[in-house]
Amino acid sequence: MNCRSEVLEVTVEARQVEEAMLALLHTILLHRSTGKFHYKKEGTYSIGTVGTQDIDCDFIDFTFVRVSSEELDRVIRKAVSEFKDALSSDGMGQISLEFYQKKKSRWPFSDECIPWEVWSIKVSVVNLANEQERQICREKVGEKLGEKVINVVEVINRHEYLPKMPTQSEVDNVFDTSLKDVQPYLYKITYQITDSLGTSVSTTMRRLIKDTLAL
Amino acid sequence: MDGDLSPQDKKDLDKFIKFFALKTVQVIVQARLGEKICTRSSSSPTGSDWFNLAIKDIPEVTHEAKKALAGQLPGIGRSMCVEISLKTSEGDSMELETWCLEMNEKCDKDIKVSYTVYNRLSVLLKSLLAITRVTPAYKLSRKQGHDYVILYRIYFGEVQLGGLGEGFQTVRVGVVGTPVGTVTLSCAYRTNLAFMSSRQFERSAPIMGIIVDHFVDAPCGNQRPITMGQPCNYRAPDEDDGGAFAGVQDSQEVCTTSFSTSPPSQLYASRLSYQPAPTGGAAEFNTNQVKEGGNVLVPAQPPHGADVHLTVENAPNTPSSSGDEDGLLQSGEGRRDDGRRSVSPSDPVESLNAFTRKVGAFVNKPNTQITAASLDLPFAAFAPRGLDSEENDPMVRPPDSPPSQSPLQASLHSQGSDGSGPQDDFVMVDFRPAFSKDDLLPMDLGTFYREFQNPPQLASLSLHTSSQSMADDLDSLPEKLRVYEKNIDEFDAFVDMLQ
Repeated sequence: MNCRSEVLEVTVEARQVEEAMLALLHTILLHRSTGKFHYKKEGTYSIGTVGTQDIDCDFIDFTFVRVSSEELDRVIRKAVSEFKDALSSDGMGQISLEFYQKKKSRWPFSDECIPWEVWSIKVSVVNLANEQERQICREKVGEKLGEKVINVVEVINRHEYLPKMPTQSEVDNVFDTSLKDVQPYLYKITYQITDSLGTSVSTTMRRLIKDTLAL
Repeated sequence: MDGDLSPQDKKDLDKFIKFFALKTVQVIVQARLGEKICTRSSSSPTGSDWFNLAIKDIPEVTHEAKKALAGQLPGIGRSMCVEISLKTSEGDSMELETWCLEMNEKCDKDIKVSYTVYNRLSVLLKSLLAITRVTPAYKLSRKQGHDYVILYRIYFGEVQLGGLGEGFQTVRVGVVGTPVGTVTLSCAYRTNLAFMSSRQFERSAPIMGIIVDHFVDAPCGNQRPITMGQPCNYRAPDEDDGGAFAGVQDSQEVCTTSFSTSPPSQLYASRLSYQPAPTGGAAEFNTNQVKEGGNVLVPAQPPHGADVHLTVENAPNTPSSSGDEDGLLQSGEGRRDDGRRSVSPSDPVESLNAFTRKVGAFVNKPNTQITAASLDLPFAAFAPRGLDSEENDPMVRPPDSPPSQSPLQASLHSQGSDGSGPQDDFVMVDFRPAFSKDDLLPMDLGTFYREFQNPPQLASLSLHTSSQSMADDLDSLPEKLRVYEKNIDEFDAFVDMLQ
C-alpha cells in the first residue's frame, strides 16, 4: 500500500494564514473523522454521531464546515498558530496533515507509524499595500479556498485505500481515541518553513495529540 | 442483477438510498436558509442519526422531498433534483443551481452494503456539507432577506439544467458504487448573473440601503404589526428543541425585496441585519409571493425588512409630491449605481469611477426632500453603500425626519462641485448623519463629516515632495547655520529674557 500524497497550494495575506489553514485542515478532518466507536460483545460496534458547524472566516470571504468538537478544534488551532508564528510576513511554508496507522512491533522495537495519506498545504504569504487590494484579496482567497475544498472532496471521494475497521484491541492503531466526542483517524501535523533563500529550514513538530505509548 | 444481492442487503440498500436522498435534501436546503448551521456531536449513538451525522430534519423539507419521490427511489433515469433559485421582490426569479442525485448503471457487485456503502454514503454527505458552502449560491443565500429570497424546489425524473443560463459550471460532489448502480451527487450552478442586473436597472424602485434595525421605533412603526409571529426560520440549533421546527412548518414566509445585481459585496445588508426576529408581518406579504409553487426558504428575517419592502413597493405608486418621486428616482439611480458598482466587486476603482460620474446628476437635483410623513420609506433617499458592509454602519445613516432645507443642500452642492473626490464612496446628496439637526448653521455635522472624510494626503507623506524637501533642507542647512551663528547674540538675549 502506497501512501497517498496530495498537495494544495494557496497564496494568502499574513492575517489570512490562520483561517485558510483551519479551513482546509478542518475540511479534511471532517471527512476523516467518525463518531466514537462503542464495541459490544460479539465483536460488533456502534458508532457515535458527528455534528458539524459552519465557521465564517473574518479575513476571508469564506465559510467552512468543521466537526463539532472543541477539543479537536483546539488541537488544530494550536498547530496552525505555531505554523503561522513561524511564517514570516512574506515567506513560504508548508503544513502537512498526515494520516497514519500504527503497526505494533515486538519489543524492543517501537511501533511503526505507516502513513497512508498525506495532505501538504503550501502557503505563500504576500504583503498588500492598501485596503483596496486587501478587499480583492479577501474575495480571491475565498474563491481559491473554495476550489481547494472541491479538490479535497474530489480526492476523498475516489474512495481509495482506507485502513480496515479495527477490532477493539486494534482501534488505537487506526483511530485517535483520545477525544471524547469524535474519532479521527490517527494523524499528525508537521510544518516546514522555507526561508528566503529557498532552503528548507525544517521545524518538525512532533505529533500534537497524545497517543497511547508504544512501549 | 438484484438476484445477486441477498434480500436483506437489498432491503438495506433501498433504505440507505432513500434516507440518503432525504438527508441530501435537508443538507442542501439548510445550507440555503441563510444561517450558519451547527449540530452537536454525540459519542453515544442515538440510533436515529442516519449515516452517523447529526443532520436535523426540517419537517416541511422532508415532506416536500417525500412528496417529490412519491414512494420511488432515485434510480437509473430517475434522478432526484433540488433546484435552488432566487426571487426578487418584483417577482423576477432566476435559477441559481441544481443539485442532482443520480444513479447510473455501473454496479459494484463486490461491495458490502451494510458497511462500505453506508460509510461511503456518510462521507458523501460530509462532502455535500462542505461543497454547499462553496458554490456561489451560498453567499447569496447568506445575504438574502431585504432584496431577494432563496427558493427551493424538489423534483424527480429528468434533470433540467436549462434555466441555469449559459456557461453554467458543474461540480461533482462524489460517487458511491453499490451493487445496483453508482450513486452520483453533483451540482450545476449558474455563473452568469448578468441578466438580473440589466432587468434591475429598468426598475426605479428604491432599495433600502439601511440596516433594518433602525426601523425599530419610528418611521415605519405604524406599518409594522405590533405583534409578530414566530420566527419562521430555522434557528441554528444551539437550542436543541424541536420547537424550532414547528416554526419552520409555516415557512412559506420570506421577506422579498428588490434584487440587487451581482450579489455578495453589493448587498449592503450585512449579517447584522439577519437577527432572528418575528416575521409575522412578513407572512402576509410573502405567502402571496409563493403562489407559483416554489418552496420558499426561510431565512432569519428581520421583520422590518418585510415591512420596509412593503412600503417600498407602494411608494412609487403614491408619490405625494414631486420631491418624493425625485427622491425615489434618485435612490433608485443610486441603487443602480451601487448595482453597477458592485457588478465588478473586484474592481472597485473602476466602479468608483462609474459612481463618480453619476454624482453630478444627484448634485444638480434641487429638491431632494423626502418627509417621513409623505413617504413611507424614510430611507428612500439613501442609496445603499456597497463595497464594505462596515461602511453601512448605522451611525452614519439613520433617518432624519424633517425635510432638509437648503443650507445642507447648499453645503453639499459646494462639496459636490469641488469635492467629487475620486476616492469618495458616498452619494453626495441627502446625506444626513445621525443626530444632526438641519438648522441654519453653515457647517453642520454632515458637511463636516463629508469634508473631513477623505482628507488629502499629508504633504510629508508624499514621496516626491518629502524627498525633494529633504534634499532642499539638507542643502540649505549650512547656510542656515551660518545665519544663526551670526545672530547668536540675539538668541542669547532672547533666552535670557525668558529666564
